[in-house]
Amino acid sequence: MARYLALRLAILAGTLFAASVVIFLALEVIPGDAAAFMLGLNAQPDTVAALRAELGLDQPALWRYLGWIGGALQGDFGLSYTYKVPVAELIGDRLWVSLPLTLYALALSTAIALPVGILAAARRGGPADITVMGATQLGIAVPNFWFAMMLVALFAISLRWFSAGGFPGWADPLAALKALTLPAVALALPQASILARVMRSALIECLGEDYIRTARAKGLTRGQALRRHALRNALIPVLTILGMQFSFLIAGAIIIENVFFLPGLGRLVFQGITQRDLMVVKNVALLLVFAVTLVTFLVDLAYAAADPRLRTRR
Amino acid sequence: MSGLLQVSGLSVTIGALPVLRDVSFDVAPGEILGLIGESGSGKSMTALALMDLLPPRARRSGSLRLEGTELTALTEARMCGLRGRDIAMVFQEPMTALNPVLCIGDQVAETVRLHTGASRAEARARAAEVLERVGLPPAEFPLSRYPHELSGGQRQRVVIAMAIALRPKLLICDEPTTALDVTTQARIVALLRRLVAEDGMGMIFITHDLGLVAGLADHVCIMRGGEIVERGPTAPLFREMRHPYTRALAEASEHVPARKPAGAGAPLLEIRDLVRRYAGAPGPAVDRVSFTLRRGENLGLVGESGCGKSTLTRALLGLEATQGGSIRFDGAEIPAGAPVPRAVRQRMQVVFQDPYGSFNPRHRVERLVAEPFHLLDRPPKGRARRARVAEALESVGLSAADASKYIHEFSGGQRQRIAIARALVIRPDLIILDEAVSALDVSIRAQVLDLLAELSGRFGMSYLFISHDLGVVRAITDRVMVMRAGRIVEEGATEALFRAPEHPYTRELLAATPSLATALA
Repeated sequence: MARYLALRLAILAGTLFAASVVIFLALEVIPGDAAAFMLGLNAQPDTVAALRAELGLDQPALWRYLGWIGGALQGDFGLSYTYKVPVAELIGDRLWVSLPLTLYALALSTAIALPVGILAAARRGGPADITVMGATQLGIAVPNFWFAMMLVALFAISLRWFSAGGFPGWADPLAALKALTLPAVALALPQASILARVMRSALIECLGEDYIRTARAKGLTRGQALRRHALRNALIPVLTILGMQFSFLIAGAIIIENVFFLPGLGRLVFQGITQRDLMVVKNVALLLVFAVTLVTFLVDLAYAAADPRLRTRR
Repeated sequence: MSGLLQVSGLSVTIGALPVLRDVSFDVAPGEILGLIGESGSGKSMTALALMDLLPPRARRSGSLRLEGTELTALTEARMCGLRGRDIAMVFQEPMTALNPVLCIGDQVAETVRLHTGASRAEARARAAEVLERVGLPPAEFPLSRYPHELSGGQRQRVVIAMAIALRPKLLICDEPTTALDVTTQARIVALLRRLVAEDGMGMIFITHDLGLVAGLADHVCIMRGGEIVERGPTAPLFREMRHPYTRALAEASEHVPARKPAGAGAPLLEIRDLVRRYAGAPGPAVDRVSFTLRRGENLGLVGESGCGKSTLTRALLGLEATQGGSIRFDGAEIPAGAPVPRAVRQRMQVVFQDPYGSFNPRHRVERLVAEPFHLLDRPPKGRARRARVAEALESVGLSAADASKYIHEFSGGQRQRIAIARALVIRPDLIILDEAVSALDVSIRAQVLDLLAELSGRFGMSYLFISHDLGVVRAITDRVMVMRAGRIVEEGATEALFRAPEHPYTRELLAATPSLATALA
């Protein structure tokens, strides 16, 4: 187990290092001057020169890379060029929207998907299964921004249960949660559709395994065999998908954040790119890579918890 | 017969297809009934029908009475109360019969808790006792072990422990030792025999192995095509063998193909001090193995699982790096660790065990059989290629028209013929047969052995025949090597070695191998 953990940690560190180098190279070393790019086509040469000095672009690349990573490790991501505030502060504010939104959506999608997937697998071929398969097909096919707009039209405009967008801040937690509810539902439903299908097919596969027959021969009912034997074995592929969904949700909420006017990370990246604010783009990208690799690491730990074969593998 | 179980007129259909027809037999307490048949004979279906665990679309009719209780009249809930308590079952595949994510103690305790309402601690204590009884003392095999930490034989002991935990009245064993080595099989059979005697259980022992059942069962039923064709007390039945099918089965299981022993040809494959070591393993998987295979000779390699015979095969095929020693093929040296040159690969082919897994299901037979052509410098094209494929298919007893079919259209025996055709198509000097007949029914196996003997006579090919089945090796090889823990422990002319084995391990292997003749003697 210690060896497994050490290996996973090493992979985590290695991935982060490799990703930071790729981000750095992509944004700074590849031809085209970062300062000129940020200032646009009509910039004066002396303004460009001043910005180059400010960004430290006159220093060697390795030095700049070490400075960037060294700062990031201490929580210093530099100054945003457009907002003139520390990038760390910008990210911090946005994270308080994006992270709760992601967790909310993930909790919703899991809470919907697992029971639905289990039901469909247990009643394979029956009306419940056919309904679930049809509904999840629809859930995957419908784009989530369109679905978000339908939610707004129904719950915000017609029924007036929720506001159509914006975020009031965490001063009133209930109001904040309420503001995140429609976006979380819009994000969660397509994810839940995928997850429910994975749960269903994983469970159906496990129900066909020999150990289920053994369990039935011991006297377990069909339901008991499913709950006690098939479910835990089926969780392994489900965990994989859950990990991927977290990564997707934390970065992939750009469109939903725009639909609901939420000041989240997705919008920050989007604005950073349109305003050519490379400081913001670079650091948010690094943060997202960190979040994704961290979640992958946690999923690997969850695998080991679910499957004893991974714990003892040499 | 004062019955424990009375089966009368049991029939099962799946859709419109009858799979069991009017099967009747009795089992008395303490009696062992052997149910024998080839694949598709309905022997496993009989077991599943007794357990009421048939596939969803199967329908059963007839009467199944356990101590007077009509099982077919019971509700599913009542059957759940009966399964595991009164009727228990042991399955063929110990590798997959246990849940990989639960420890063995919990899996055994589950049977106890389910039927007795015992507390977790009581059930675990009972599980420890039962595991001790089947030869897994908790001091050596703690309850917290997981299935993957046990060998196949040990896992089968866990499955047996789950089945006998509550001392059931009837134990059904469906090919419980088919996936195990012969020495392990002998130990498991001894265990089952002891448990039956101690608990006075009735046991139904399902197998395809006549020798095994002859030494174990009190009564025998021979099944074919969903029907019982012959039945009776074991010894008289096998002595008389009234039904032609029983005779055919017995002949096939001891079949020796007619073949001329090979003369002493020139050395074809010379192995000297071959070593294959895996990083992190305690010892080498192949440990300084040396042997010579002559042209036209059939050489056998026997050993139990994990002895290194598959690793050796892969090393010969160039699929494994070696760490020492040398391989000479027809005089040309292949140094250790170097890839096997194409010129050698052209002259060496292999046939694997699994006739289902070793073909790409999306390709037609012509393409499958033509695969080895890529080893040739100038592979035949167009009509020449089709002619070569047709020739190979015809030489294994199939027709040229089969080239345009897909692999799923063939039975297991036919697939193995196609695998042999694939090996033959580039006319190699050596074919390595890695458990090539182990997955086949005895009658099919006899046909394939005849085919192999005929082909080696016709084309003057050599075989390296790798198997755990000593009977088969004895039937088809000139010389044999016995491998254990990576080393060749004994080697000699086949008949002489089988008659007078010198190494204790060879003797142990031979003693553990069930045979109809010795069982009846």
